[in-house]
Amino acid sequence: MCLGIPARIRSIGGGSQAEVELGGVVRGVDLTLVPEARIGDYVLVHVGFAIQLIDEGEALETLRLLQELAGCESGAPL
Amino acid sequence: MRERSAAVKYIDEYRDGESGKRLLQSLRTKVSGGPCLRFMEVCGTHTVSVFRSGIRSALPEQIKLLSGPGCPVCVTAQRDIDKSIELAARPNTVLVTYGDMIKVPGTRANLQVERAKGADIRVVYSPADALGICEANPDKNVVFFGIGFETTTPPIALVVKEALRRNLVNFFLLSVHKVMPPPLEALLQEGVVAIDGLLLPGHVSTIIGARPYDFIAEKYCVPAVISGFEPLDILQSIHMLVDQIHESRAGIEIQYSRVVKPEGNRLAQKAVVEVFEACDANWRGLGVIPLSGLKLRAKYDRFDAEQAFDLDVGYSRDPAGCSCGEILRGAISPLECKLFANGCTPDHPIGPCMVSSEGTCAAYYLYGEWQKTGVE
Repeated sequence: MCLGIPARIRSIGGGSQAEVELGGVVRGVDLTLVPEARIGDYVLVHVGFAIQLIDEGEALETLRLLQELAGCESGAPL
Repeated sequence: MRERSAAVKYIDEYRDGESGKRLLQSLRTKVSGGPCLRFMEVCGTHTVSVFRSGIRSALPEQIKLLSGPGCPVCVTAQRDIDKSIELAARPNTVLVTYGDMIKVPGTRANLQVERAKGADIRVVYSPADALGICEANPDKNVVFFGIGFETTTPPIALVVKEALRRNLVNFFLLSVHKVMPPPLEALLQEGVVAIDGLLLPGHVSTIIGARPYDFIAEKYCVPAVISGFEPLDILQSIHMLVDQIHESRAGIEIQYSRVVKPEGNRLAQKAVVEVFEACDANWRGLGVIPLSGLKLRAKYDRFDAEQAFDLDVGYSRDPAGCSCGEILRGAISPLECKLFANGCTPDHPIGPCMVSSEGTCAAYYLYGEWQKTGVE
């Protein structure tokens, strides 16, 4: 139920409907809750609705923090 | 057969095995020599992810993970399941539901059995599909069985608004929607289960943000981290909880910052507030929790199945011997339930925790936890 999948917007139609692509599969989603989404953006999809834009900057920052956490404290080289 | 496509962005990076091993190693170092820490992973999807990724068996012994009430299928009260079955069995009625609910046992039956007996029960991925079913079946009452937490209510709110806009007269909602902060407060207030930290549901928080959880830190001084669902997200979140404890802090932190903003999704919140209002709700295992459920506001109450139909479900009772309630409160693990793997299995579930794809018992069973440790 909490399932949310990141998917890339490939086209936007009328009535807040869009097509997204996840791993090669194309499906329709409703963009009403994320009106600022544009083609090429990644959104989090839940039960056929986009519920948030994925923030690329934050995503990269999280990966950077993960690298740091994995590298420094265990003493292993990055 | 389709070849596996290139790396799936925003998923694969957070599943990297090498990084996972290092994060586990650094976690072991961090907690070595320290006390046992009990963290509740509220959301059923976290429970499953922890098992599926192998994190569970690799965690240092000082970290104990408890399951919580974050499985909307599991916490749906028996009476509400019986209501859905009663409606499904009626003539000229189509019951529309998410897949997980099909096999959950009610007091006397389940939706799958009713469907086999001829009831018109449709499984959908999106609640929006219910509108198409309404238009295709104008002579039937189409009832959507609305379960879910805050992740799911904004889509349903939009569907209800659309039903009003299209002036559908045969669309109904049986709302057993619930909200997450009240049961968390109930568990902390009850104080029976010792909780040193909380892993908060990432997708619920995408909608509601961080502020609704402030009471956890401010009133109960319990650290909490809003966590993503991939293995590296969960490991990072556990690190963050341990850091808070080591530094004697208690705050609501966001690990899942790529989708969770402190303010959440304001548009989604607005849609929910427009369509729903809070009401008391009955949670399996937790009883009635004030203002923890959602019901349709007066403007939309023509769609309320409870008001439109004279529901008569007779008596409802939980299955004898079922410990789902205690499991949902983190009081016991599935291994301590007498029925676990002993009459209650995913093929023949007795309680909802064994049915749901996010159910704790199903996760324990499917990932072999009971085979490793043995069932008494």
